[in-house]
Amino acid sequence: MSAELSYPTKHRRTALLLSLIPGLGQLYNKQFLKGGAFLVLAAAFIYVFKDLLNIGLWGIVTLGEELPRDHSIFLLVYGILAIIVVVFGLGFYAFNLRDAFKTGRMRDQNEPLSTVKEQYHNLVDNGFPYLIMTPGFLLLIFVVVFPIIFVILLAFTNYDLYHSPPAKLVDWVGIKNFFDIFEIDIWRQTFFGVLAWTLVWTFCATTLQVALGIFLAIIVNQKDVKGKAIIRTVFILPWAVPAFVSILVFAGMFNESFGAINRDILGFLHINGLPWMTEKLYTRIALILIQSWLGFPFIFAMTTGVLQSIPDELYEAATVDGASSFQKFKSITLPLVLFATAPILITQYTFNFNNFNIIYLFNGGGPAEPGQNAGGTDILISWIYRLTMSSAEYSKAASITLLLSIIVISAALWQFKRTKSFQEEDMM
Amino acid sequence: MNIKRQKFTRLTLTYLVILAMFVIILYPLAWIIGSSFNPGQSLSGSTIIPKNASLIHYKELFNTAKSNYVYWYLNSLKVSILTMIFTVILVSLTAYSFSRYRFIGRKNSLLTFLILQMIPNFAALIAIYILGMLTHLIDTHLGLICVYVGGQIPMNTWLMKGYLDTIPKELDESAKIDGAGHLRIFFQIVMPLATPIIAVVALFAFIAPFGDFIIASVLLRTESKYTLAVGLYDLVAKQFGAEFTTFAAGAVLIAVPIAILFLSFQRYFVSGLTAGGTKG
Repeated sequence: MSAELSYPTKHRRTALLLSLIPGLGQLYNKQFLKGGAFLVLAAAFIYVFKDLLNIGLWGIVTLGEELPRDHSIFLLVYGILAIIVVVFGLGFYAFNLRDAFKTGRMRDQNEPLSTVKEQYHNLVDNGFPYLIMTPGFLLLIFVVVFPIIFVILLAFTNYDLYHSPPAKLVDWVGIKNFFDIFEIDIWRQTFFGVLAWTLVWTFCATTLQVALGIFLAIIVNQKDVKGKAIIRTVFILPWAVPAFVSILVFAGMFNESFGAINRDILGFLHINGLPWMTEKLYTRIALILIQSWLGFPFIFAMTTGVLQSIPDELYEAATVDGASSFQKFKSITLPLVLFATAPILITQYTFNFNNFNIIYLFNGGGPAEPGQNAGGTDILISWIYRLTMSSAEYSKAASITLLLSIIVISAALWQFKRTKSFQEEDMM
Repeated sequence: MNIKRQKFTRLTLTYLVILAMFVIILYPLAWIIGSSFNPGQSLSGSTIIPKNASLIHYKELFNTAKSNYVYWYLNSLKVSILTMIFTVILVSLTAYSFSRYRFIGRKNSLLTFLILQMIPNFAALIAIYILGMLTHLIDTHLGLICVYVGGQIPMNTWLMKGYLDTIPKELDESAKIDGAGHLRIFFQIVMPLATPIIAVVALFAFIAPFGDFIIASVLLRTESKYTLAVGLYDLVAKQFGAEFTTFAAGAVLIAVPIAILFLSFQRYFVSGLTAGGTKG
């Protein structure tokens, strides 16, 4: 610090202070082209975004004050846009301050300043990654980040059927939605009912499909099994058919009046037809069975790949040491398989946690449950869909989305913390 | 003798399990194929191998005056192919920057991508729905493609970055010394070496929109603009029992080509996923 203070000139401070108005610092540093460009950019920024910032920032605070002039949801969208613009503006501003200070310090140290040509080359070299990333980033901001911010904010409003623009205004209500979900009986019961089934569903369906996949891979991989190629192709088939097609086909098979399960299979065994679509318990059982059918081939293919890469020497050595086939399985096969497929197994759980397609396409989340606004087999994501699309409970749906995201993200972060890539410095 | 008997029982049990699985896997497929050739509109009184098989339902699907099925098929292909093209372009550029350049904000962006890939992008479906209405992109394929491409970026960027990291940096450095520019290194050195992962990303980017129901059903309103998933569901949901055989024909026409395509590319899928899982 003291060494820095001992420079005879104070260009760095002057430049920093001057560039509080972007560009002036650069002009002071005699970088006329850059300074001019900054000045023009800043002016253009203020000119172009003046109205958006004005309306947006006002709108996001008040969500509109009088009807019919103000449309709360439009104002909320403008507000988010304004905030994104402000963040970009601040980034540019910080860069401008830093640049002025650095150049000023170079002058203090009597180092030669980079010429316009050098600046241009610098810009191209350092700017190249930014340049090629921009299209992807902009798209990501508008279709992924923007909706997420919107949902987060929506969770703190009272936007529903009765507070719906343009006829009514929407207001900020703080954490009232979360209070409602946990305190009003019908919401609380529904929420915990749906959450419990979501967890049971995730655990049972995933574990079953994983166990089945690993088991089949191991028995098919036995040396003396003939016709491996055909067996593997058939076992992959359920994965090859698009899931939405299979689910709709199963919805037909389980249909109580004409479906093959009741009519052909159970009828053949002289068992009375079961209420697959109208009794909650049976629908749930059917869903878990169908998901196992849909999901095991993926695990099967993975595990087969791992099994083929285990060297034979391991088993031979174990045989020499007198290990039984069960011991070989327990101490060689299973640990290796689980180790290699662990990251993918965990993503299977998160996938089923949000497996909207099967729940909705099979029976629409039904059968209907008396006394609650979710169906008997609705998981969180399909309940959110129902709240949004059919009962217009937007703010409640948003709050539940937040709760769901918190669950998913904490589970996933816990997983990724344990994977290698997170720890390797250069990978990040 | 004892060992031989043991082996015999083991193999018999194995084949029995495999046989049972064959039945479980093939029965639904056989049932739907059988239903699609069933001449009647409903299934009551039918058998799995129809007595007087007919192609009437297939003909019906291709009659554009009566059914939108052909449009749905074309829409699905259009949306999936465009999503695939844009995803590959954007993901290659992004993954390349992350893999090869050290720039301010890189680490934070990567972390953001990691978190974004964990939230399925339909979690924000309320926002997508409302924003679609505000921007008038609801009921357009453009809006749908944008949402799909944006949703694909985080996960596939990580996948591709993991692969690009394994391509030695010495290659681009020596090219740089020889005077190659940024774009030239990207197009002529790195991308040709990355073809396997590009194929994987392209496959993912094609399959995901094809099988998606939720976003398409939120955004698309007009029947002739539906994608296959939404259209097929509509066909079933409207009058379930009444037109089941037509639905069956539609399902077969989707399942057969996709399954063939899938089985021929299956190898890439598995290798791509394991590569991403251990390296990503």
